[in-house]
Amino acid sequence: MRYEAPDTVEGVAALLAGTAGDVRVLAGGTDLLVQLRSDIVDPTLIVDIKKIAETRRVTEEGGGFRIGAAVTGAELKEHPRLKQVWPGVVEAANLIGSTQVQGRATLGGNLCNGSPAADSVPALIAAGAVATLAGPRGRRDLAVEDVMLGPRKLALTKGEFVVSFLLPPRPPRAADAYLRFIPRTEMDIAVVGAGVSLAVDEAGTITAARVSLGAVAPRVLLVREAAHAIIGSRLDKPAQDRLEAAARAVCVPIDDKRGTVEFRIQVAGVLARRAALIALDRARMR
Amino acid sequence: MAKHHIEATVNGDAVEFLCETEDTLLDVLRDTLQLTGSKEGCASGDCGACSVMLDGRLVCACLVLGCEVGGLRIETIEGMAPGDALHPLQQKFLEHAALQCGICTPGFLVASKALLEKNPEPSETEIRYWLAGNLCRCTGYDKIVTAVQDAAATLRKG
Repeated sequence: MRYEAPDTVEGVAALLAGTAGDVRVLAGGTDLLVQLRSDIVDPTLIVDIKKIAETRRVTEEGGGFRIGAAVTGAELKEHPRLKQVWPGVVEAANLIGSTQVQGRATLGGNLCNGSPAADSVPALIAAGAVATLAGPRGRRDLAVEDVMLGPRKLALTKGEFVVSFLLPPRPPRAADAYLRFIPRTEMDIAVVGAGVSLAVDEAGTITAARVSLGAVAPRVLLVREAAHAIIGSRLDKPAQDRLEAAARAVCVPIDDKRGTVEFRIQVAGVLARRAALIALDRARMR
Repeated sequence: MAKHHIEATVNGDAVEFLCETEDTLLDVLRDTLQLTGSKEGCASGDCGACSVMLDGRLVCACLVLGCEVGGLRIETIEGMAPGDALHPLQQKFLEHAALQCGICTPGFLVASKALLEKNPEPSETEIRYWLAGNLCRCTGYDKIVTAVQDAAATLRKG
């Protein structure tokens, strides 16, 4: 097994495209090293992307934020402005694993590990984040909801990897939130996760919204019907009920030891409503 | 293929070592550098027994490849006590009997030191959340939390 750590995007893309067999991208390694140790993967080459400067920084760009794919959860939390503008994204990233895992785990890795229960992904999708990919034929942007196709399946083509994410500019009175259910208080994988981002006008009426659900389908879902259910409302009780129903309607979860189908569907509605209420409170305070 | 030749800093000392791609930082510390204070519990980042500082950041050494640490600063439990005296955290773990079998202790100490450097006066809740990635199957955590609080008070007094 080879290890390479090029310091350019082109260098990484050339290795990923030009190497036969299983090739793995290494960012924080909190999933990859576990898979290596348990023989789930046996790559011929590991390509570390952390030597590329743009994967390791957060910059303000066009009124939004560009977050490198290999920025750690701990670094996101310490960023002076990011948590104020995108509290839901930062909270979601910081729910992943322990303090030790936060020191390594990254948004790029969380997305590209391809788990429908990834905590940061519903928050990124709700935020309208766009992933910037690089490959042997150059760069392209792909909405985060279009990156994952199913468990462990990504829309990336041979040689492509995620370089960074762009979080769009925020209008006034806009905020986001992410909630997940786990059977204990820390250190677990989401049974259901819900991300909501919304904006309100001066009267407190919701003018824009995005709702995303994790761990209730083979991929993390952008639930447009749930957003439509609350746009134009002040999130009064009927709008909350419509949101819950729309969220539940798209759920096709698995039945496993962490949650039954019925439980996951029920909780998806509850978490979508609660996340929307938190986002609304935050938006009104701005 | 040839082994990787890595130069890094461990507890303030320049070190160099050879490793295979699949060797973790924990493998290198324990088997190559003979620093066996960091323990292997789960080898999957769940138990925190291998907690070390990597460029000032608390991490699990089992989730880092040895070949990733070229040019980086590593601090382990072996670098915690200044000379012959114990670090206040080590002293308070002893006084409060915050250990039984001791396997988890180096990880708890390294993680607790990282906490107190960021937050000299953590609440019980903050301590428990910060240490959620360090598992102990003997003490039940209360004595550990008490020891960390007492050490924090000692360190604040200077």
